[in-house]
Amino acid sequence: MKGTSDSTMMLKTPFHSRTEAACEINCWGDWMGYTTPNAYFDVELEYFAVRSTAGVFDISPMNKYRITGPDAQAYLNRVVTRDVSKIGLGRVGYTVWCNDAGQVMDDGTIFHLAENDYRLCAYARATDWLEWCAMGFDVSIEDETASVAALALQGPTSCSVLKAMGLEDIENLKPFGMRDYELEGESLMVSRTGFTGDLGYELWIAPHKAELLWDRLFEAGEHYLIKPFGSDALEIARIEAGFVQAGVDFVPAEDAVRNGRTRSPYELGLGWLVNLDKGVFNGRKALQKELQEGSRYRFVILDVEGNKPADSSFILKGNKQVGAVTSAAWCPTAKTNVAFAQVEMPHGAVGQELVAEIYYQRELHWSRMLAPCKVIDAPVFNLPRRRATPALPF
Amino acid sequence: MTDYDVVVVGGGHNGLICATYLAKSGKRVAVLEAAESAGGCAESREFATGYTVSACAQWVDQLSPEVTRDLALEAHGLRWVAKNLDSISLGADGRHLTLCGADVNAPGLSQEDRETYRDFHQKMMRYAKLLVKVFNERAPTLVDSNLTDRITLAKLGLGLKMLGKDDMSDLMRIILINMYDVMEESFEDDQLKALLALEGVLGAHMGPRSPNTVYGYLYRCVGQVFGFSGPALVKGGVGALGQALAASAAAAGVTVRLGTRVSSIDTEGGRAVGVTLEGGEQLKAPLVVSSADPVTTFENLVGYRNIETGMARRVSQIRHKSGTAKLHLALDGAPAFTGLDAAQLGQRLVIAPDMNYIERAFNAVKYSEYSSAPAMDISIPTLHDPSMAPEGKHVLSAIVQFAPYEPEGGWDQHRESFTKLLLDVLEAYAPGISKEVVATELLTPQDLEGQFGMRGGHWHHGEIAIDQILMMRPFPGATQYGTAVDGLYLCGAGAHPGGGLTGLPGRNAAREIIKRGAAA
Repeated sequence: MKGTSDSTMMLKTPFHSRTEAACEINCWGDWMGYTTPNAYFDVELEYFAVRSTAGVFDISPMNKYRITGPDAQAYLNRVVTRDVSKIGLGRVGYTVWCNDAGQVMDDGTIFHLAENDYRLCAYARATDWLEWCAMGFDVSIEDETASVAALALQGPTSCSVLKAMGLEDIENLKPFGMRDYELEGESLMVSRTGFTGDLGYELWIAPHKAELLWDRLFEAGEHYLIKPFGSDALEIARIEAGFVQAGVDFVPAEDAVRNGRTRSPYELGLGWLVNLDKGVFNGRKALQKELQEGSRYRFVILDVEGNKPADSSFILKGNKQVGAVTSAAWCPTAKTNVAFAQVEMPHGAVGQELVAEIYYQRELHWSRMLAPCKVIDAPVFNLPRRRATPALPF
Repeated sequence: MTDYDVVVVGGGHNGLICATYLAKSGKRVAVLEAAESAGGCAESREFATGYTVSACAQWVDQLSPEVTRDLALEAHGLRWVAKNLDSISLGADGRHLTLCGADVNAPGLSQEDRETYRDFHQKMMRYAKLLVKVFNERAPTLVDSNLTDRITLAKLGLGLKMLGKDDMSDLMRIILINMYDVMEESFEDDQLKALLALEGVLGAHMGPRSPNTVYGYLYRCVGQVFGFSGPALVKGGVGALGQALAASAAAAGVTVRLGTRVSSIDTEGGRAVGVTLEGGEQLKAPLVVSSADPVTTFENLVGYRNIETGMARRVSQIRHKSGTAKLHLALDGAPAFTGLDAAQLGQRLVIAPDMNYIERAFNAVKYSEYSSAPAMDISIPTLHDPSMAPEGKHVLSAIVQFAPYEPEGGWDQHRESFTKLLLDVLEAYAPGISKEVVATELLTPQDLEGQFGMRGGHWHHGEIAIDQILMMRPFPGATQYGTAVDGLYLCGAGAHPGGGLTGLPGRNAAREIIKRGAAA
């Protein structure tokens, strides 16, 4: 969620009046040039709201691109690695996209809104790349980042909150599905998507109705213990759920200036998003080659002994450094100390025992700890309620 | 079942040369040419009743002797009517400067200029010989280079070393700068400076002060290494070279189909599988070689949507804007140029009295205007080959710099006035020439693009500049004739080393394909 801090005026999201009022500890961060709360009142309490009741996160700063025109599907199929024709109408697909070298530029979601009408949500600004990709295609690309406001509503009671708000039949919306509702005459789009690995929704509305949506949501959610949550709580939740973050777990390929610092989808554990049989797409040739010749790195989820998060640790095998941690957190619900790491092949097979070399500081005194860790085969937080349809009432 | 082993798109000189080498190696090759005659820029054409002209290229001054020999072009009808012509810089006052090889002469030319030029010429020849070593091989890549590339690089490195410390450092110093500065520091005579400077900008969208023009000059010096100390003329015009190439191709078993325009290069799963012709006929072949320029090849024939974005982006950024036009005059009689005798009239005549004249001519084209006083490179081929015009009549052909690709309002409304302007310029050097004119033809960059299938009308299919040569030609990722589209190769002027009638892109591409064998 880090942006670049400079002297540019920070932007406010359409929910700013509400997030500002709710941000009790006045702790703000910069997400792509927008002021967004790092924490509203207490990171752990916010995190537990997401895991135990319902949390609300303002995702308006996310870059959103509307792709329309006769070639919209063909165009997206050339841009991203997965087969877009398989994302049905009214469905959402998670994907990555690569440069010609098969290195991941970004990850995001594709919303299939109507025939040849898609919304692409991206971590990074992508207008220039999307425009370059449009050569030879009859498509129009509109940056709707500022013209669509959005909230993520995540957690076990999220479905009940929406029902209380009057969204009929919302419990039957399948994961990665979306549906249109109306909120006081304004169209409200709801998708069953999110970045916490739990039952959750994302709500999309015109900016001038943003405050209304926030208010209705919190009114309806009062009895379901709805709370806003900030970027810090989200960070724990997404690590617990096993989600990589662009700019943290990988360097967007076209931003990297040093050779060898970028990663392919296979090296990020996202090979399942690559469809080499769908025809030409960016990175296909390089990825085909990688599949034949082998990858350089492997993405691993590590269960680290102890409770010290292995932030920025080296990963050792014996005395040899074989990798490094990109994200780490103590995950309270799973009660596991999790780290994401990039390790050199052939290391990192599930079950392999490695060592995290953790450095930590107490009152300017640095200590080093060698924490044994083990490669695990799946994210530590993954409950059936995430996928259950109809969504379970809590 | 495929129709051919190789389909070559475009029957220009490079397409024919590539096809012939491939056929000689045992492949079944077809060349598909949109025009009704083979040769591409090596074409002769009757532009007025009874008057024939070399329609695009007007001189042969860079043809690789190896190609001439390997393809037995003389046995296939190539006849020279003039070789090693002088280049004569015309002065409006009748003071002419004559240059051929290492010798330069003009009334009042200082002894110092003569001697400096001799040294300068020798030095440039040493540099050009070094270039030839690299031009005769595929361009080496720096990253992922294999043994072949390392040998080429070693040859280049060794060659640089062998130049000696002074020459090497001087090459490094001048290679990226401009002709204007190099001329200013070397010579006194304005006409000499301008004549050499013009060599550096011919065919390019550059003025004498533009960087890369020294490289452009050395590029042209390669012709002297190939044995052309001055331009040569072919009997029947340059088109006869095209005919000889076509005959050589036919003799090698190449199927040359004229009047056959390729509408697309077909790909399946990222691999070229053949071509579709205008009219719908499909030809299957495991290898497709395009002699069309890279932009036409990838934007129009393959289609940007069938290649990856990074590559499409590189193709779209190739600089291929031309500033060169062609003027053809049908003359009732031999023109009289002030101060030239009959023998001199048949040489290469150049209008570029000083470097600022060329630079000003270039200024206009930067703003899509045509030069009010353009530089010209003139040939009167009928003095050597009377068969190109009715008895006693003559043809004048001139390369004109500079004319924009698209002047404001389009060429239709400027064609007449620009032609008139060119006649006025000629009139200053050849009083009375206008009265001899029975027909004119002006080929603007747009005409050259349309008639010879070269994007922007650029005779190099892309500017010869540091970012578009060697391992960057035509663009990174397609530098060794092969491209990211498996089975698709480039063999035209857009490929290494570049344009001009050298035959090297075609020859090198064929060699690369043969060398790769089954892996191609």
